[in-house]
Amino acid sequence: MRLTLKIWRQENAQSKGVMTTYPIDNISPDMSFLEMMDVLNKELIEKGDSPVAFDHDCREGICGMCSMFINGEAHGPDRNVTTCQLHMRKFKDGDTIHIEPFRAKAFPVIRDLLVDRSAFDRIQHAGGFISVNTSGNTQDANSIPISKYDADTAMDAATCIGCGACVATCKNSSAMLFVGAKVSQFALLPQGQVEAADRVQNMVDQMDLEGFGNCTNTGACEVECPKGISLDNIARMNRELLKSKVL
Amino acid sequence: MSNLKSNVPEGPLKDKWTNHKNNIDLVNPANKRQIDVIVVGTGLAGASASATLAELGYNVKTFCFQDSPRRAHSIAAQGGINAAKNYQGDGDSTHRLFYDTVKGGDYRSREANVYRLAEVSANIIDQCVAQGVPFARDYGGLLDNRSFGGVLVSRTFYAKGQTGQQLLLGAYSAMNRQIGRGKIKMYNRHEMMDIVKIEGKARGIIARNLVTGEIERHSAHAVVIASGGYGNVFYLSTNAMGSNVSAAWKIHRKGAYFANPCFTQIHPTCIPVSGDHQSKLTLMSESLRNDGRIWVPKNLDDVKAIREGKLKPVDLSEDDRDYFLERRYPAFGNLVPRDVASRAAKERCDEGFGVNATGEAVYLDFAAAILRYGKEKAHIKGLDENDEALVKKLGKEVVKAKYGNLFQMYFKIVDQDPYETPMMIYPAVHYTMGGVWVDYNLMTTIPGCFAIGEANFSDHGANRLGASALMQGLADGYFVLPYTIGDYLSEDIRTGAIPTDIPEFDQAEAEVKAQIESFVNNKGTKSVDYFHKKLGKIMWNKCGMSRNAEGLNQAIKEIQELREDFYKNVCVPGTSAEFNEELAKAGRVADFLELGELFAKDALERTESCGGHFREESQTPEGEALRDDANFTFVSAWEYTGRPSDAILHKEELIYDNIELKTRSYK
Amino acid sequence: MAQLFQSSIGRKVAMALSAFFLMVFLLQHFTINSLSVISPDTFNEVSHFMGTNPLVQFVLQPVLIFGVIFHFLMGFVLDIQNRRANGKSYVKYNGAANSKWVSRNMLFSGLVILGFMALHFVDFWFPEVNTKFIQGDWSGRIEGVEGYRYYEELHHRFVNPYRVGAYAIAFVFLALHLNHGFTSAFQSVGSTWGRKKVIQTISVIYAYLIPAGFIGIALFHHLTH
Repeated sequence: MRLTLKIWRQENAQSKGVMTTYPIDNISPDMSFLEMMDVLNKELIEKGDSPVAFDHDCREGICGMCSMFINGEAHGPDRNVTTCQLHMRKFKDGDTIHIEPFRAKAFPVIRDLLVDRSAFDRIQHAGGFISVNTSGNTQDANSIPISKYDADTAMDAATCIGCGACVATCKNSSAMLFVGAKVSQFALLPQGQVEAADRVQNMVDQMDLEGFGNCTNTGACEVECPKGISLDNIARMNRELLKSKVL
Repeated sequence: MSNLKSNVPEGPLKDKWTNHKNNIDLVNPANKRQIDVIVVGTGLAGASASATLAELGYNVKTFCFQDSPRRAHSIAAQGGINAAKNYQGDGDSTHRLFYDTVKGGDYRSREANVYRLAEVSANIIDQCVAQGVPFARDYGGLLDNRSFGGVLVSRTFYAKGQTGQQLLLGAYSAMNRQIGRGKIKMYNRHEMMDIVKIEGKARGIIARNLVTGEIERHSAHAVVIASGGYGNVFYLSTNAMGSNVSAAWKIHRKGAYFANPCFTQIHPTCIPVSGDHQSKLTLMSESLRNDGRIWVPKNLDDVKAIREGKLKPVDLSEDDRDYFLERRYPAFGNLVPRDVASRAAKERCDEGFGVNATGEAVYLDFAAAILRYGKEKAHIKGLDENDEALVKKLGKEVVKAKYGNLFQMYFKIVDQDPYETPMMIYPAVHYTMGGVWVDYNLMTTIPGCFAIGEANFSDHGANRLGASALMQGLADGYFVLPYTIGDYLSEDIRTGAIPTDIPEFDQAEAEVKAQIESFVNNKGTKSVDYFHKKLGKIMWNKCGMSRNAEGLNQAIKEIQELREDFYKNVCVPGTSAEFNEELAKAGRVADFLELGELFAKDALERTESCGGHFREESQTPEGEALRDDANFTFVSAWEYTGRPSDAILHKEELIYDNIELKTRSYK
Repeated sequence: MAQLFQSSIGRKVAMALSAFFLMVFLLQHFTINSLSVISPDTFNEVSHFMGTNPLVQFVLQPVLIFGVIFHFLMGFVLDIQNRRANGKSYVKYNGAANSKWVSRNMLFSGLVILGFMALHFVDFWFPEVNTKFIQGDWSGRIEGVEGYRYYEELHHRFVNPYRVGAYAIAFVFLALHLNHGFTSAFQSVGSTWGRKKVIQTISVIYAYLIPAGFIGIALFHHLTH
């Protein structure tokens, strides 16, 4: 395949970025998108240019590190995949592909396609846990039965990989799907009940402090989420917050 | 004959750990506040250790090269975690888990360590559930189990096909709580460049901020290495792109012995390589072997037709298929341990029966499972069991519920629907049992430097059983290190903060900077990946699933040459004072180039076959691995003396008081 | 409680509560208007009651006005905040790939409705205020008409086809606005959890039937002239 890549290049956080065009040839449809980027970077290095910086690690869709906005969509046109699992067979010979970093006020660009998503970590520091110390004496794992439905629904929420596609794709840069998933996971389990009110308040406060926008329920996040995290989790979080403030 | 002290406590096996805990020194809570601990790596071991040490009151500084601790590669573990809970009532016990692990490791692990691992395994599940890890449950609301290769009980706890993710997020949440309290200082996007020793003790590290390129000094009273395994020495592996040996290798160069480097696990069920562009391999969970049947065609003509696309695998009759695992190992069938399954697949492919274009793939077929489950479901629902379409539909639903996400992943990568046509799989490098040598307290041969999780060598011997890596990582981090490190630190309560403006730090920093500048100024012609790929080819072809003296000698020579070429011709663009992935990669590959040689040297030295290490010179007439207990019941611990070729071998004899050494048989 | 509305979710809840109020109002407005098609006399009776009852006039009407203004102002405030949080300027942004146009353009459909309300006020509300509060005529009668004046006035307004057209367009936008807004409001207060399907179904009925009904009423009066 022969392609034209238009890639956002930006030297560092302070500098102004610009879209740069790179033609690329001999791309196999079996390559993953990142392997295509590897080919480009190899060419750039051999020419003495600086390679395109991008985040990636596990390359099997679970670490949440890769984060490209491809042709106007977070993680590109395929559904339920991260950028690393997007394959070139989704594109046609001769295509022009726009590649940009995930953008949001709360996700400043570090370099090229690399962004700083530490805001997500700070939201988790505020309340994304159950306060239990490590000891050999926590009660037996089977002492509290949890209905299969609740366990499965909590698991669905817990599959979030924290990649930030929801924020990147949201026209408001809202982080509610991410926060909602974590709040829901704990709200659904009996272990999470004790600090449920504090948790949702602290996490939402931190989310607001980080400068994420308001949710307008467009549902774009749910569609672009590589793990299919449901909007239901936002509803659950809204309800949890209301409960914590009103009751 | 050896200066290695394993420090295994006296007493009967089952009391060792309890007695040891009762007798070791503790640090009182007020004093813990005066003590700093550095943890490198935030996988299961590093994250759980960081959280627990912080809970205890130590000041913890934790480092990871990813942008968040949650991204460490433990997250990619799919299948599950073992624990001797015996919830299924199928006869499981601490002793059985211990026995299975020692046997699965082909009798090359330390008895006391493994027993302790089995002992604390049940606590791990309790701890994780308390943290809110959503393990799979049955309809009664109790925890569900599945079975894994190499064992006869169901003791594996799981969370869909994402158990590693859920356990890591659990440990990460425990870390978050401590970061929020200020007890853990987290350094994301930082790479450990070297360890700093003061008067022989580990007292700090030099780290590089990967965003700014700044070199930083960090001091502490102890350093914990939890940086994972070195599978990426093969270039292609199921490890993450960034997984590296550097932290472990740096401490090796400063005095920590490196044990059993040749013990590498090749996982049988990975998606085959599709071409030269391949950057990494993707694992398909071992749990698939519960229901999938592995086969190749019986006749070479059919193989040819399949490769040319003239014949579809589903059209091949049962008589023309060779279910080679079921044929060779009737007792365990498709659930033989990983090393055995991998070698059997390689044997078939070497004979020319590989089913993809490169000849390096076998089938993993779910058709039988779909039919079996479909019939079961139809029977339960009172529907027609002979209606093939209905049975298939019902069966697919069951299989989807069990393995849906894995099947989807396969479909996305290969573009073939595994519900309709068998999956193609091939073995790939997955886990390294070898690692930094540690004693019973998980301390390396550098006082104050500990190694936990995959980074150490201790528990899996020559082969790891499925779902045991997660168990070991969390056992070390939650339940072992926090005790044993206290014993060491109890002598440091009056030491006070370690200064960083002393000659030892100056020197370590100067060395790190010199290496970085030499890379940046080298202005060579070949990219870092060029060398890494070449190294990977040497390793895979000569130190892979089967090894012989000739190949290993060649490998050593070729790696030495490659290393020379690397330092002469490597090209690292950009500068040292910016985000520069090529620079980071160059440092990692430099270490792999040394490790690779030691790996081959170790494999050459061990002329027996055991676990993941198969020497062609040592096999039975039927081609099964032949262990040599008389001469090789020891751990090879290598001391660095300047060059891998000059490394000195120290042997730790393995003593089996509680288990009789037997030939592993899965027939 | 006051704290609640300082958080992002709280502001969304406030937006939703005002929306619920407006949707209830719309429903009763529609019910009364449809009487004009079925029974002009009943329509007149009810209209007179609504127009002269002190509770409606002096309590509900100010609340309604507050609700409308609040909904608009809050919409603007949220939009400004969102633009600020956004800070993004994708060279290529394919919003259509993952969300409906209406959901991304509530501000726009809201503005069209706001424009319509200006027209609607000129048509009905200002004359009412003039008659009742400035001229002090609370009788509900005018010369030359038997009974109350309301039906006659309503009927008369829809002579002009352009006005009917403007009303129809405005109600199309109202339908779009409701199409997203109805479920969105329920989502914001967290009541979609577990009953998404039901709410979506009601949403479709509400969002299409009511605006269609209003258009139908306008057309009826235009055509029966």
